[in-house]
Amino acid sequence: MNGFLVFPIIIPLIVATLALLFRKSSVMQRWIGVTGMVILLASVIVLFRDVYVDGIQVLQLGDWDAPFGITLVGDMLSMLMLGISAVMGLIIAVYSLYDIDKERERFGYYPLLHILLMGVNGSFLTGDIFNLYVWFEVMLIASFILLALGNSKNQLQGALKYVIINLFSSLLFLFGVALLYGMTGTLNMADLAQRLPEVENVGLVTTVSMIFLVSFGIKAAIFPLFFWLPASYHTPPVAISAIFGGLLTKVGVYALIRVFTLLFTQDIGYTHTILMWVAGFTMVIGVLGAASHYEFRKILSFHIVSQIGYMIMGLAFNTALGLMGAIFYVLHNILAKSNLFLISGIAQRLLGTFELKQMGGLYKHYPFLAVLFMISAFALAGFPPLSGFWAKLTVVKAGLAVEAYVLTATAILVGLLTLFSMMKIWLTAFWGTVPEKGVPEHFGKIALFGAGNLYIMVVPVMAVAGLILLVGLYAQPLLEVCLIAAEQLLNPSVYIEAVLGPQ
Amino acid sequence: MKSLILHTATRLMIGILILFSLFLFFRGHDEPGGGFIGGLVGAGAFTLYAIAFGTDLTRKVLRVDPITLIALGLASLVVSGVIPLITADPFLTGKWLFLEWGNSDIKLSTPLLFDIGVYLCVVGFIVTVIFSLEEEN
Repeated sequence: MNGFLVFPIIIPLIVATLALLFRKSSVMQRWIGVTGMVILLASVIVLFRDVYVDGIQVLQLGDWDAPFGITLVGDMLSMLMLGISAVMGLIIAVYSLYDIDKERERFGYYPLLHILLMGVNGSFLTGDIFNLYVWFEVMLIASFILLALGNSKNQLQGALKYVIINLFSSLLFLFGVALLYGMTGTLNMADLAQRLPEVENVGLVTTVSMIFLVSFGIKAAIFPLFFWLPASYHTPPVAISAIFGGLLTKVGVYALIRVFTLLFTQDIGYTHTILMWVAGFTMVIGVLGAASHYEFRKILSFHIVSQIGYMIMGLAFNTALGLMGAIFYVLHNILAKSNLFLISGIAQRLLGTFELKQMGGLYKHYPFLAVLFMISAFALAGFPPLSGFWAKLTVVKAGLAVEAYVLTATAILVGLLTLFSMMKIWLTAFWGTVPEKGVPEHFGKIALFGAGNLYIMVVPVMAVAGLILLVGLYAQPLLEVCLIAAEQLLNPSVYIEAVLGPQ
Repeated sequence: MKSLILHTATRLMIGILILFSLFLFFRGHDEPGGGFIGGLVGAGAFTLYAIAFGTDLTRKVLRVDPITLIALGLASLVVSGVIPLITADPFLTGKWLFLEWGNSDIKLSTPLLFDIGVYLCVVGFIVTVIFSLEEEN
C-alpha cells in the first residue's frame, strides 16, 4: 500500500477548493493556482521515485480490498503520464497569468484548470474501469466549461461540437463497461484481465474491445473520428488550447494503451490489425488536413491528429519496442505540441492574428521567438537531435522489426509532410515580410523581455523548449524508463499480482 | 412573483421543507435518504423562496454566496477523506466515534462529514443555477 498515490488527485481538488473560496481575489487565485501546480509536481516526483525503485504501487481506497473497492495503481506508464501532466499543468498555470483575462478568472478559470488536472490524473491512476469512466467525466465537464468560458460565438460553436461528440463517446464507453460487467461480474481492471481469457464467447469480447476502440478513439481523435477536434480546439484562449491539444487527447491514447495491453489481448490478430490501419490513416489524413489550412492553430490542431497516428502505430505492434516508442512519442508530443500552441499565442499577441496570410516579420523583429519556434517545430517533425527524432526512430525501428514496411514507410513520409507544414508557418509568419496593413502599432516596438510583462508568456515557452532539447540530447534515461513501462505493460501478471495479491 | 397565495404558502413551507431536508439527510445514515436527496429538498426550499420573493431576498436569507457553499462542501469532502491519513489508513477509510448522550448513542463519523459535503455541494450548485437563470432576465 502506498498512501501517496492519492495525492495527485487530492492536491488539485484541495487547490480548486481554496481557489473557489478566494474567488473574489485575483491575486490569491493566481498564487494558489501556480503554487498548487508546484506541489502537485513535487508529489508526482516522490511517487515516481517509489515506482522506479519498488515497482508497481497500489492503494485500496477506503481500505476496501480489490476487486470490491476502487484501486489506484501506479505503474511506470501512469507515472510518466502523471509527470508530464504535472509539468504541463505548471507551465500552463504560469502562461495563464498573462494570457487569461480578468473576466475568465472571475468565472473560475483556476479552479476549473485544477479540476481538469484532477480528472486527468485520476484517469492515469485508477485501476477500475468504471472509475476510469468517472474520471473521464470529471475531465470532460471541466473541459466543457473551459472551452465555452468567454461566450464568444465561435467558441460556443466549437464547444457544442465538442460536447455532443464527447457525450456520445462517454455513452459508448458506458455500454462497453456494462457489457464487460455482464460477462465477467467485475470492474476491477486486474480482475478483468484475469477473467476475460476465461470468457467462452471470444467474439463478444472482441466486439466490446471495438466499442472501447471507438469510444477512446473519439477522445484520442483517431481516423475517422477526429473531425470534432480541428473544429473546436482553435476557439478558446491559447493557454486552454495548449492544455487541450497537449494533454486531453493523450488521455484517450493512454486509455487505448491500457485496455489493449491489459484487457483485450485475446484476439490480437484481429484487434491490433485494425489498430494498424487506423494508425496509418490517422497519420496521413491529419497531415493532409494540416497542409491545407492557413490558420496557425488549425494547422496545429490537424497535427495533433496526425501525431496520434504514430502513438497508435507503436501500440498496434504490441512489442516492447513499439510500446516504448508509443509512450516516448506521447511524452515528446505533449511537450512539442503544447509549446507550439503557446508560441502561436505569443505570435498572436504581437501580430494580432492567427491567420498566416496576415502574419510576417517575426524573425526580423523577434529572432529569439523564431529560435523557440524552430526547436519545437523541428522536434515535431522529427529532426535530430531533438526529442521527436528519437520518438520517430523508435517507432520506425519497431515497425521494421515486425516487418510492417508499408506502415513504416507511411510514417516516414508523414514526417516529411509534417516538416512541410511547419515550413509553411516558418516561411510566412517568421521569414515573410511584415504585412503592410493590419499590424498592431506595438509590433516590433515591445521587447519580449521588456515592459508589458510579455516575458510571463515567454519564460514557460523557454522552459518547454529547454525540456525538448534535454530530452533530445540526453534521451537514453527517458528511453530506458519508457522501456520499463513497456515491459510492465507486456507482462500483465505483475500488474495483476500487485493489485490482487499473490495468486 | 406577486401572488398572495404563493407568498403565504412559501413562508409556511420553507421551514417545513428545510426541516424535511435535514430529516432526509440524517435518516440517510442507516436508511434511504442522505446528503444528495436531502440537498435536493433543501435546494427546493430556496428555489421556492427565490420564485416567490426574488433572488435578492433569497441571497439575504441564505446569508452565504451559493458558490461558497459549493467550496465549503468540497472542503468538507476533502477533510473527510484526509482524516484517515492521520492513522496511516488509505484515503476515504471510514472512521467512527461513538458517544453516549443520555440514553441515546451518537455516531460521529467521516462518512457523515462526507455526506455534509455532498449536501452543501448539491444545495450550492442548484441554487447557483437557479440564481443565474433568474438574474439573467
